[in-house]
Amino acid sequence: MAGFKTVTSLAVPLIRDNVDTDAIIPSREMTSVSKSGLAGGLFAGWRYQAVGSRVPNPSFVLNDPRYQRAQILLSGANFGCGSSREHAAWALAEYGFRAIIARSFNPIFQGNCVRNGILPIELDAAALAIAPQPLTIDLERQSVRDAAGAVRDFEMDAQAKEMLLDGLDAIDLTMKHGAQIAGFRATSRRRRPWAFLDGADNR
Amino acid sequence: MPARSAFDKLWDEHLVADLGAGTGLVLVDRILLHERTGGIALKALAAAGRRVADRAQVFATMDHVVDTRPGRTDETLMPTGSAFIRETRAAAKAARVTLFDLADPRQGIVHVISPEQGIVLPGLTLVCPDSHTCSQGALGALAWGIGSTEAEHALATSTLRVKRPKTMLVQVSGRLAADVTAKDLALYFIAKLGSAGARGHIVEFAGAAVKAMDVEARLTLCNMAAELSAFSALIAPDDVVFDYLHGRPYAPRGKCWDTALSAWRGIASDEGAAFDAEIAIDGAAVEPMVTWGTSPQHAVPVDSAVPAFADVMGRETPESYERALAYMGLTPGTRLRQVRIDAAFIGSCTNGRLSDLRRAAAILTGRKVAVGVKAICVPGSTQVKSQAEAEGLDQIFRDAGFEWRESGCSMCFFAGGESFGRQQRVITSTNRNFESRQGPETRSHLASPETVAASAIAGIITDPRRLEGS
Repeated sequence: MAGFKTVTSLAVPLIRDNVDTDAIIPSREMTSVSKSGLAGGLFAGWRYQAVGSRVPNPSFVLNDPRYQRAQILLSGANFGCGSSREHAAWALAEYGFRAIIARSFNPIFQGNCVRNGILPIELDAAALAIAPQPLTIDLERQSVRDAAGAVRDFEMDAQAKEMLLDGLDAIDLTMKHGAQIAGFRATSRRRRPWAFLDGADNR
Repeated sequence: MPARSAFDKLWDEHLVADLGAGTGLVLVDRILLHERTGGIALKALAAAGRRVADRAQVFATMDHVVDTRPGRTDETLMPTGSAFIRETRAAAKAARVTLFDLADPRQGIVHVISPEQGIVLPGLTLVCPDSHTCSQGALGALAWGIGSTEAEHALATSTLRVKRPKTMLVQVSGRLAADVTAKDLALYFIAKLGSAGARGHIVEFAGAAVKAMDVEARLTLCNMAAELSAFSALIAPDDVVFDYLHGRPYAPRGKCWDTALSAWRGIASDEGAAFDAEIAIDGAAVEPMVTWGTSPQHAVPVDSAVPAFADVMGRETPESYERALAYMGLTPGTRLRQVRIDAAFIGSCTNGRLSDLRRAAAILTGRKVAVGVKAICVPGSTQVKSQAEAEGLDQIFRDAGFEWRESGCSMCFFAGGESFGRQQRVITSTNRNFESRQGPETRSHLASPETVAASAIAGIITDPRRLEGS
């Protein structure tokens, strides 16, 4: 995965609290056992005029011509709550979103974003949504700059920042701890034989 | 050593390495998968040329999109659903992990079958790409929901990189009143805290009202922690849990059981352990609850009215409040017990266990579902279904006018197959009342199985304690 450094883009204002992953991608839009082919289903319940249709609902913000190809999404508190379906992050990434600015995130969704190259930023997005304007996000500096040049800093978990900046694969990183994990398991097996089912020692 | 919480003990026991910045590399003892999000994890792992590190720790089941009508096959009402079933089956076979397939008597909803089979045990770490994995903390395990990519990580390494959650202790004192259930307590608590109220926390439920619950009620309570955006939930294991687990297929036996038991007795939080947040609830104050809106935090006593904005100010924005009311077709001040329903659903990982079905059946006995109400019962597992049938519960449900189904997640969510229909009003024992969750424009009211059963009989939302003839 490519690393995340900066992004400059208009930001789509979807300022609602508790936007759940069923809304981000309805279960009915998850039609193949695959991580791709999901962008068309993004926000399907709000974005189209009817279930199964692809006729745009003109009143939904994603269909506003001004925001076509926007890479930043603005939303309210507890964004991504509900189902843990990673399809929500896959659909947002495939559609082209690189960053989501929201007052807060559901933790499972937040983790899914980081693993798919989407930067989740906790800020009061409503203040950024007053007028359509390009925002510049700089992950290294942990800042968002608006069109007037005002800069807002954001907090970021150090691990998540490193993963995003370098586009790292978590499994590769953990594999480097292979010997340590094997040793820990061996010790743990002696302490808790019932936790291990790959032998007869839990009987 | 300073006083530790139950969570602290489980974290310490599983911490392989400190990765810095509050993140730990945590040993994972059990990995559960289902066909909706787990099949893809197995497939992607294989596609990346990686192997399952310890196949004995992995269990897969079919629950999310399986057909629940009698005589089911791999075909589903959900278009393309059978691909999820077949590809998960093939991936589980290739990885040689245990699969509870459609026709297996152990098949069922992942959070129902894991306790049933003794897969989850006190003190274990358990993960599943499913947000309701927190249910299983009810047995004193550290169990949490993850995404599919994280599931790949767990499969490949038997570990996860986890940001250490904050801790929250919820003390529920006193006793729940008769006919007030764990579901009502959960909805009461979510309404009090808000749907992000435990974000990033592991919630330990404690106190007399929790200790008095059986394992199935505890599973219901912990299940709903997902609706608080919690990291997970946990209840210190006690004899109620140990008695429940003894003799289950994957539970330890003989001398190993005895050793396990003495370890499990030490899991409870120490006297004086510190928590990041502590909340006290009077169990006796909880009444039967129902939701009026489109978030689980929109819960109020059944015997009350749709709130005015002034009642929810600070919790809701005017936009979200108006949007929820419009979606639900309700006006402020309307008594909930005057609201007509079109359908009733009993099932799900929240309330699809044998005790749930027994309590609903007790209300349905000798009664009929109101004319025009579509009523469905979907047991949470094939074993729940068999046990219910052995007790004659299926006949009670059928005689009352309920459909009696095969086990699965069913209409807890709409996957493109069965649904309740546009603007149909459903009283449901499930966990989410989001817009279109149970069908396009379907209006969901969350409640306990008792309230669902009583409402199905009356045709209007009904407090089970006030059902006529009761």
